[in-house]
Amino acid sequence: MDIAIDTSKSKYHVDENGYYGRFGGAYIPEMLYPNVEELQRRYMEVLKDPAFQAEFEDLLKNYVGRPSPLYLAKRLSEKYGAKIFLKREDLNHTGAHKVNNTIGQILLAKRLGKNRIIAETGAGQHGVATATVCALMGMECVVYMGSIDIERQAPNVARMKMLGATVVPATSGSKTLKDATNEAIRDWINNPVDTHYILGTAAGPHPYPDMVARFQSVISEEIKKQLKEHTGNENPNYLVACIGGGSNAAGTYFHYVDVPEVKIVAVEAGGKGVHSGFSAATTQLGKIGIIHASKTLLMQTDDGQIVEPHSISAGLDYPGIGPMHAHLFESGRGLFLSATDDEALAAAYELSLLEGIIPAMESAHALAKLKDLPLKPEDVVVLCLSGRGDKDLNTYIANMKK
Amino acid sequence: MQNRIDQLFASGKKNILNIYCTAGFPELNDTVKVMEALQENGVDIIELGMPFSDPLADGPVIQDSSTRALQNGMSLHKLFEQLAGFRSKIHIPVILMGYLNPVLRFGVEEFLQKCAETGVDGLILPDLPMAEYERDYKPLFEKYNLDLIFLVTPETSEARLRKIDELSRGFIYAVSSSSTTGKNTDMGNQEAYFARLKNMQLKNPVMIGFGIRDKATFDAAAAHANGAIIGTAFIKAIENSTDLKATIKDFVAGVR
Repeated sequence: MDIAIDTSKSKYHVDENGYYGRFGGAYIPEMLYPNVEELQRRYMEVLKDPAFQAEFEDLLKNYVGRPSPLYLAKRLSEKYGAKIFLKREDLNHTGAHKVNNTIGQILLAKRLGKNRIIAETGAGQHGVATATVCALMGMECVVYMGSIDIERQAPNVARMKMLGATVVPATSGSKTLKDATNEAIRDWINNPVDTHYILGTAAGPHPYPDMVARFQSVISEEIKKQLKEHTGNENPNYLVACIGGGSNAAGTYFHYVDVPEVKIVAVEAGGKGVHSGFSAATTQLGKIGIIHASKTLLMQTDDGQIVEPHSISAGLDYPGIGPMHAHLFESGRGLFLSATDDEALAAAYELSLLEGIIPAMESAHALAKLKDLPLKPEDVVVLCLSGRGDKDLNTYIANMKK
Repeated sequence: MQNRIDQLFASGKKNILNIYCTAGFPELNDTVKVMEALQENGVDIIELGMPFSDPLADGPVIQDSSTRALQNGMSLHKLFEQLAGFRSKIHIPVILMGYLNPVLRFGVEEFLQKCAETGVDGLILPDLPMAEYERDYKPLFEKYNLDLIFLVTPETSEARLRKIDELSRGFIYAVSSSSTTGKNTDMGNQEAYFARLKNMQLKNPVMIGFGIRDKATFDAAAAHANGAIIGTAFIKAIENSTDLKATIKDFVAGVR
């Protein structure tokens, strides 16, 4: 497998100092230095170890159910006039791509001799994926979740508890994902020796953006192989993914960023409209700054206070964006679009009716922009269907046209 | 060029008391009032917190004080308005503590210039990496004669401590244990760490902070360093005060 592939010659992967162009780095207080420095020093050595890779691969295959299918969505293709393939991350154990990363990180944590795991979660998908692997490995698991999200996402809270995790409400600030992340980082400051922090997205201090992208890179590794089987060419014309922090996107793009003929499309959450004051379209609304110890684009006031974004999708409701994506945006390598809440809902209903697949609200944002791409009949599109829609049923039911 | 911080430590004073308070707290216009009361009661250094929406290194008490200050309408622009002319009343060293994002948004050089203009002596920016400071900002701090005070922890290696000592100006902020602010650290358990700092013969003075909350913890910490820093306990004392002057007088008297 290619999780430890050498990317040092790439313009779009992390450089030796932990930066993507002018984004990235590790803006951490001294109290976190030993933990983060240990990860920086050791993650590549662990990822390169054939025994580690074998264990990771075995769990992905036999526990997660990989490879996930690359499915040619015929009726969707007909509708949009191109060959559209869906990368079915929704069929993974726990229902989303998040588990690829939690499996990788818990194996890494074991090698670092850690016995306690902490994580942040917004909608609860990453929390569930973390609680799952902690149960699997018999490790203590503490998940921080904004107290507002705990109320909104009761089924996932119950799942985490059933899997043996302790769910701690984050009651600071705006009481959502950004604050849950702050609380997880604070826990790590207070427990520097025995604890590993399984961050769920391609954000945070170096090496997290690269490490998470590498664990998620199985997505694009498989796409290459599968697309070649389907079409004879491993390169699609378009590669489409939704972006909050950007972990499914990082995995979808990973092995393609240096292939110029593959157009990279990222879809952010436009909320009620980019300029409505209720949006999470970070590349359009954000300015460079520091969030969760990473220099990247983030939504903030003129005084540099981080603002609370809005999206119908809890998984995209993040005021920052991973530094790799900020660089893909600024360098022009990626095409960044945004889908509103309403567009995403319409796309979710459409996929359900056309293909019999109920997508996660997040993935529906990516689907919503198929209509805006200048597609030609011979174009091949690969879209990452990052998760399934079970968790969003309440939203779907509430918004269904009567 | 010696600034107020250097002069204080050069005077050989022992048991230096540094108190932290959040700017714009408890009420928006209390910033200078609190500082005046601290000086009146014999505090040696004031650390003024610049409130931030996402203060990663802080425990709940200081977080809440930041949230309240922001709700009061505090901002960096407002802070510099409040600090204009404060040197006519306050002569003890004043350090601003805060997170990097608001400073970047303000503009680093504009920010440092404002600090120098108003009479601030030094800065604590816990999420500014040492390497970035050295590469990008050190000449600017020197241009405006502002000290940058770095944190060290019990886990900081000797080699890194030496590097921090080389880059720091003013003093080194020794965090008593690896924690966020406001944890009840037992200073007795940290003696080996404090002794290690002392034995290293650092060029900078050392102030101990985090978990210092009363006379006993202040004395225990100050015995191992040039002095100690109190934050959370002070915020707790003043957050519901109806008479700031009296509360601050009692608080400082209780520590000294």
